[in-house]
Amino acid sequence: MSWACLCDLMSGVNKYSTGIGRIWIAVVFIFRLLLYIVAAESIWKYEHDEFECNIRQPGCENVCFDHFFPVSHIRLWDLQLIMVSTPSLLVVFHVAYRENREKHHNQKLYRSSGEPDGGLLCTYLVSLILKTGFEIVFLVLFYKLYNGFKVPRLVKCDIRPCPNTVDCYISRPTEKTIFLYFLVATSCLCIVLNLSELSYLIFK
Amino acid sequence: MDWGSLHTILGGVNKHSTSIGKIWLTVLFIFRIMILVVAAERVWGDEQDDFVCNTLQPGCKNVCYDHFFPISHIRLWALQLIFVSTPALLVAMHVAYRRHEKKRQFRKGDQKCEYKDIEEIRRQRFRIEGSLWWTYTGSIFFRLVFEAVFMYAFYFMYDGFRMPRLMKCSAWPCPNTVDCFVSRPTEKTVFTIFMIAVSSICILLNVAELCYLLAKFFLRRSKKAGNAKHHPNHENKETKQNEMNELISDSCQNTVIGFTS
Repeated sequence: MSWACLCDLMSGVNKYSTGIGRIWIAVVFIFRLLLYIVAAESIWKYEHDEFECNIRQPGCENVCFDHFFPVSHIRLWDLQLIMVSTPSLLVVFHVAYRENREKHHNQKLYRSSGEPDGGLLCTYLVSLILKTGFEIVFLVLFYKLYNGFKVPRLVKCDIRPCPNTVDCYISRPTEKTIFLYFLVATSCLCIVLNLSELSYLIFK
Repeated sequence: MDWGSLHTILGGVNKHSTSIGKIWLTVLFIFRIMILVVAAERVWGDEQDDFVCNTLQPGCKNVCYDHFFPISHIRLWALQLIFVSTPALLVAMHVAYRRHEKKRQFRKGDQKCEYKDIEEIRRQRFRIEGSLWWTYTGSIFFRLVFEAVFMYAFYFMYDGFRMPRLMKCSAWPCPNTVDCFVSRPTEKTVFTIFMIAVSSICILLNVAELCYLLAKFFLRRSKKAGNAKHHPNHENKETKQNEMNELISDSCQNTVIGFTS
């Protein structure tokens, strides 16, 4: 199980999407998933090893890292990509259900099993709302958890067993900040695409 | 999902590209993406671990590394390759849209659609004319812009394309000016120059392709104008027929009815 599995699932969704939906899939695949795999993963790979505190007290570094990064940026990014991609599967399941029904009754029950109309349109709209919801939730979570999208160079830590307030230095803060802003920009673009698709389907 | 998937997506565009476009795609995949994956990533793999500063002050190395390398070469190249490849997707989307329209027409049983079966539509190679010409030319223009922007960003961020052996750092918490040594500077310089050279070749190929498409466009227009001048009556009907055929091949839609009526 890997990102390739998600890619295969999403390629199936492409068939039942509108034009804007296909653009959304292209943006997710290329500007989020591909970028995550080829660039972002390697930036955060050694974040714990390279997190350095100005102290020799054993355990202080571990405790401070855990305090400032309860969930790593890269893991939140992972979760966001998975949660945002999966509502589209509702549409795939609904289409499969329709095709199954037609096979069972041995006759054409729908105008076109893949065309968004009636019940399938509702499912599609629900999936759009869920996708947009998840995007917004994760952006807010990122903002609240890390007090913004900027990664500082230095954090001050005074949690036991650190004896006093200790300076801790984060590795590659600028590079991480740049990629986080990129993540925010692509999330916002995806939100805009989802809202446009929603308005297009409602007013069609 | 990795560079291989991008290769699959862009490989489809190859069929509808000009010869120069096909050469560009080959240069992109072999001399840039492949070199990045098999060689450059290894050269830069230990960049932070082997970045050594002449101090025992904790945090000084992290801060100095971040100051001199705000974004790593490798990541910048990955971003550049992604941005430079994506305009080609506009062409892929346009072709997919045309195929979809033709399939729809074929399924309706329209007489104007000249295909025998769906497979033929799937296999058909579209000529770069009409609206597809504009999409294709636009994609080349955007590629050029992205290449130029990234090359400038490289030059601006790293003060040229050479990787120095030694950097002097006095960012806090380093106590004084401290010597920091970059790992594999010569190898990195060689690869940087190589990637810049290949980017320049890609820029030249894009410029050549743009000139070729523009020349073809103006030649076609002057031929049409020339023909209309010499054979006005005969050509009126023929030009209209040509325009009709273009519209049919462009969109397979009913706007043609306006001409016939």
